Amino acid sequence: MIQINNLHKSYVMGSNSLHVLKGLDLDIDEGEFVSIMGSSGSGKSTLLNILGILDDYDEGSYYLGGKLMQGLNETKAAMTRNEMIGFIFQSFNLISFKNAVENVALPLYYQKVSRKKRNLIALEYLDRLGLKEWAHHLPSEMSGGQKQRVAIARALISKPKIILADEPTGALDTTTSFEVMDILKEINDEGKTVIIVTHEHDIAAMTKKIIRLKDGVIEEVIKNGDLQLFKDRVRTE
Amino acid sequence: MFDVDVWQEIFSTIKKNKLRTFLTGFSVAWGIFMLMILLGSGNGLQNGVKEQFADNSVNIMWMWTGETSMPYHGLKEGRPIKFKNDDYTFLKEKSEDLELVSSRFYLPGSIMYTYKNEYGSFETSSCHPALKEMEKVNIVAGRFINDLDMTDFRKVIVIGDNIKKALFKDEDPMGKYIKLNNVPFKVVGVAFDKKRQNERTAYIPVTTAQRIFNGADRVHSFAVTTKMVKTAEEADAITEKVRQQMAQRHNFDPADKRAMGSFNMLAEYIRTMKIFQAIKIFVWIIGIGTLIAGIVGVSNIMLILVKERTREIGIRKALGASPASVIGLVLLESILITTVAGYIGLLFGVSIMEGINLAIEQMLATGGGDGMFFRNPTVDFTTAIASTLILIVSGALAGYLPARKAANVKPIEALRDEN
Repeated sequence: MIQINNLHKSYVMGSNSLHVLKGLDLDIDEGEFVSIMGSSGSGKSTLLNILGILDDYDEGSYYLGGKLMQGLNETKAAMTRNEMIGFIFQSFNLISFKNAVENVALPLYYQKVSRKKRNLIALEYLDRLGLKEWAHHLPSEMSGGQKQRVAIARALISKPKIILADEPTGALDTTTSFEVMDILKEINDEGKTVIIVTHEHDIAAMTKKIIRLKDGVIEEVIKNGDLQLFKDRVRTE
Repeated sequence: MFDVDVWQEIFSTIKKNKLRTFLTGFSVAWGIFMLMILLGSGNGLQNGVKEQFADNSVNIMWMWTGETSMPYHGLKEGRPIKFKNDDYTFLKEKSEDLELVSSRFYLPGSIMYTYKNEYGSFETSSCHPALKEMEKVNIVAGRFINDLDMTDFRKVIVIGDNIKKALFKDEDPMGKYIKLNNVPFKVVGVAFDKKRQNERTAYIPVTTAQRIFNGADRVHSFAVTTKMVKTAEEADAITEKVRQQMAQRHNFDPADKRAMGSFNMLAEYIRTMKIFQAIKIFVWIIGIGTLIAGIVGVSNIMLILVKERTREIGIRKALGASPASVIGLVLLESILITTVAGYIGLLFGVSIMEGINLAIEQMLATGGGDGMFFRNPTVDFTTAIASTLILIVSGALAGYLPARKAANVKPIEALRDEN
């Protein structure tokens, strides 16, 4: 599903150039449940942005679903994002003056689905996430967990191949965090590739594969079988 | 681009910022309002002046004679120049630049009008039937002088409304006889003109006037209409040509203004209208300047709006909004604000000018407003359409920069923007 070879990315800030990703290689297959970890400055957010086609890279290659993602114009990038990727953000990023249904339906709006039809589909997704009664509430009237569930519904509605979640539990308390992770696990069980960026070990431990970044390269990859070891290590750290 | 959803999005953002939208719109409305007031006033002034010209055909020209003031071909100055009836024939038949011709013979001294016991002194205009059209004589009863009157030397008279009031009071004057210095003339028509209420003029056939008042074939002045031309230069050329023809017939220097005087209304009219053309251009410049101030205001607000909505735009882009759809959103909102606000300004401006027009009309109807230099100060349909188009273009212009800024929003930066 995702193949990354020798990925380089640097940011120019005035006269300084910050080399963030230094020849990163990464393969993620369809249906994987992956978390990307790393301390701040390790390049995990940059990697997520490149994975989400929100940012371009300098060197190397990135294949998404077999297609090279490089030098796309904005319209094409937007289309690819819309079809292939569902985003979940730490701060939910719901549109404040739209109610839950309208927020969830937004990706379908950009696929030119008629209003009636997309609102119907959005309601279905909200129902699946247990938010049917909240369908016509504004984000400001909902709790953090509810907002994140609306955001998840929005990420799912366009039936993307990949769900990219940037610190999806960062703004939530532990109980709600686990609820959200359960939902993401369910989504993964249905066959979708889920990639989470997090710095919380217990959250990462709920995924099936952990990729630890350090200084712009992959430090270690912890696979399913080794997870117990990882959990023990986390406890002692 | 024009589906319900886009409008819904725009209305929801406008509803969120009612005061700001109002203030922005107000500057545009004010610009258009001022433009309408200025244009309307310009039109009013122009129509007022046109009205002054409207006493006569706009292409009327008068010619009269005097004494030569320059020596010519060995003839010395101080010679009297006299038009004759054959000049009329010449002007009527030989001059291709002229259309209608009427000659006038000045009646000697002051003519006393008498009817029964009433009498008074009035101005007598001897003329050809064509004068009715040339000086726009408004007949309210009977008829004007006709060709038969001319050929039969009929003693008929068309009297002005004031003469009728002075001599006949409430009596019907038609068919009655008025004595002009003891010569009876039959009243065949009454003329009335709102604008010439103070004029006390009567019209008689010039042929009759010449015969009765010993004029022989003497003509004192001509009123003619020239063919319609577009420029003052062409009108002047006609004057010059006629002057030369008359100079040749009567042996005087064509440049001698004292030998023959002339006034070409069309040339004056075109020159005056040219001034108004300039005023109009000036008004447009001022109006558009005001409008530009409004546009800058809208543009400014839209920029702030885009800045405030950076995060939202970022979310939309992450979810698959193309740059075109983002541009459309900002541009349409900008166009909507300017068009709606502008239209309100337009309506207000036009309404005020229509109101003023109504007041003027009422004043004129009740007999006031004499010599008013302000008429029908309204803006025509074409101008209103042009203004509407300008508004839409303005909205697009105002929205252009903000829309481009919005299109350039990078989703990552927008999503990072923590507020």
